[in-house]
Amino acid sequence: MQASHDAHAAHHDHAHDDHGHHGRAPGLMGWFTTTNHKDIGTMYLWFSFIMFLVGGAMSLVIRGELFAPGLQYVSPEFYNQMLTLHALIMVFGAIMPAFVGFANWMIPMMIGAPDMAFARMNNWSFWLLPPAGTLLVASLFVPGGAAGTGWTLYPPLAVQMGMGMDMAIFAVHILGMSSIMGSINIITTILNMRAPGMPLMRMPMFCWTWLVTAFLLIASMPILAGAVTMLLTDRHFGTSFFNAAGGGDPVLFQHIFWFFGHPEVYIIALPAFGVVSHVIPAFSRKHLFGYTSMVYAIAAIGLISFFVWAHHMYVTGIPLTGQLYFMYATLLIAVPTGVKVFNWVTTMWRGELTFETPMLFALGFLFLFTVGGLTGLVLAITAVDIQLQDTYYVVAHFHYVMVAGALFSAYAGAYYWLPKWTGFMYDEALGKLHFWTSIVFFNVAFFPQHFLGLAGMPRRIPDYATQFADFNVISSIGAFGFGFSQLIFLWVVLKNIKGGETAPAKPWDGATGLEWTLPSPAPYHTFEDAPVIKDEHLAAAH
Amino acid sequence: MTALPANNYRLAGGLSLVVLASFVFAYLQPPLYRAFCEWTGIYDVQKADEFRASSVVGRPVTMEFDANTHGTGLRFTALQTSLATHTGELIQVNFRVENLTNHPVTGQAIPSYGPKHVGNFVKKLDCFCFRQQVFAPGEVRVLPVVFALDRTLPDDVGTVTLSYTFFEVPGGVGSTAPVVNGSATSGSGI
Repeated sequence: MQASHDAHAAHHDHAHDDHGHHGRAPGLMGWFTTTNHKDIGTMYLWFSFIMFLVGGAMSLVIRGELFAPGLQYVSPEFYNQMLTLHALIMVFGAIMPAFVGFANWMIPMMIGAPDMAFARMNNWSFWLLPPAGTLLVASLFVPGGAAGTGWTLYPPLAVQMGMGMDMAIFAVHILGMSSIMGSINIITTILNMRAPGMPLMRMPMFCWTWLVTAFLLIASMPILAGAVTMLLTDRHFGTSFFNAAGGGDPVLFQHIFWFFGHPEVYIIALPAFGVVSHVIPAFSRKHLFGYTSMVYAIAAIGLISFFVWAHHMYVTGIPLTGQLYFMYATLLIAVPTGVKVFNWVTTMWRGELTFETPMLFALGFLFLFTVGGLTGLVLAITAVDIQLQDTYYVVAHFHYVMVAGALFSAYAGAYYWLPKWTGFMYDEALGKLHFWTSIVFFNVAFFPQHFLGLAGMPRRIPDYATQFADFNVISSIGAFGFGFSQLIFLWVVLKNIKGGETAPAKPWDGATGLEWTLPSPAPYHTFEDAPVIKDEHLAAAH
Repeated sequence: MTALPANNYRLAGGLSLVVLASFVFAYLQPPLYRAFCEWTGIYDVQKADEFRASSVVGRPVTMEFDANTHGTGLRFTALQTSLATHTGELIQVNFRVENLTNHPVTGQAIPSYGPKHVGNFVKKLDCFCFRQQVFAPGEVRVLPVVFALDRTLPDDVGTVTLSYTFFEVPGGVGSTAPVVNGSATSGSGI
């Protein structure tokens, strides 16, 4: 399609039928074969939402069991499988594909490109996901059940488990391939396919965050692939990377895993930062404050994220020098992250703020992500972390950054761009209901977990001492409330697809960016001819 | 569009090299950690763990090994019946198993110790008793156990006996034993 593009521009009117520039093929096969970035973006978003509901149902099994001390509903083995699959599905099946979906839909429209650079590979990136998701869910039904190691897959347990573990390993391989292909696609699209008149330093912030994220992905995903491949060969082919009896070391796995695992945290967080960097200026009716510092902050976060991995490993016996280094390096990340938070706040300063649903979710993100960042600083302190390692304090911390951070940002983006996708305005009252139930129940669910962790309740255990009972009851009530609140979003989207108030090309008067120069819904093919970019389209117009 | 597809392929090729390099880097981590720790001297990865063979020898102890079976068609023998060793020394001894029957047998070895209380001082790094073993008809197999005696072994113990008994696992492959509820435990890592 790109090859024909130049010729195409020359005789635009005739080219339409010759080059397959009609919609996708009819029926289900159309979705299998489509190479259109908007179709693929839509599939990514639906897939991630379905996986979000599956992973959410698993978390309700966990919270149901924890409603009261003792063992009520599930066996400890099944509980471990639930918490492992919940994490793997949420991280790799829900949050990451959600932001890849945004990238697919929005990046070509933001930079004035006709499609992604490698459209057919894009199709493959998506269609690897359903088999991987199926492998993970199906592993519940094989003898021995699914992996019960926690998402970190630590040996020696990961070497000893049944075939469910192999299925998880293969699923991780497939998901990694999908992410790597998606990342190569995104980098190539952003670097090579921007419309004339859009230099990198005036690019929309979402594209910047994804550019850095994609580099993080291609550098860190293969490390995870290496780690799980070593697990696989230790399990079946007689190697001893992690087996002490053969001269290996289980702690080595933790080093390799977290060398991937910490950049992974920012792989999830950076695109969320990008979405918020669009929503907050739009509803403040101001330009993003400190564009250049934002870009450098993103790059700095991406770079430092590779040098802090052992802060997950303070209790593995690393030397004191190592503990001190990793503590200081981790605290250092707070600087560029703080720059971003202050820039968002300053963007709102003296803005003409309105509080539509996207803005509410962005503000919810800003407030709760900062709470999660603060508990992250607490955990970064080695002396404190030795006390809090593997307690519910850690669980509370990463749910504040993953759910109230990444998920709320994804919701902000979804409400923000839904009119562009469907051509209709969503139901604002339902959207606000979704926000308020989400933020209230989220805090009911996760805030008490800080207290549980400080009091010493360990994570990944289906039972607990009776003094933890009251806070666990509160937390479980919040979790069920939060879970069912998410169905409101499904309702909003379904209702929005069916119809509603017709959306103008630019439904948010403060929004900037090329995507708002297109009609709503965005036509199937956009920017086949590079647009003329005016200053007001650019994020860094001043 | 500002670039020709050739640029796209060149960039994608370069990025693929990054991917490959990252994958290789995962495998380079063990030697890199070793080199880094030696170079900076912050951590002695060669430092003898408590149970790694070391130049500092503990006190002498005699080990005796014994093997027997319980109602299986297996012939189970210790290839070495006694050994003069020291506490803290890493030891590997081998046992031999022969399946005398013409059907597969699933067995689980259960250790016992003499004197009884020294079990906690026998630190096993790997043992065939950690998991069930399936023997094909007529199969002969040598099974290792790797362990070290803890240096805190009580002074009044001069001889440690390690004895294994092979039990047939009910419900295992080729089992002839009756299935008793709850007895089919796996991997009783003792």
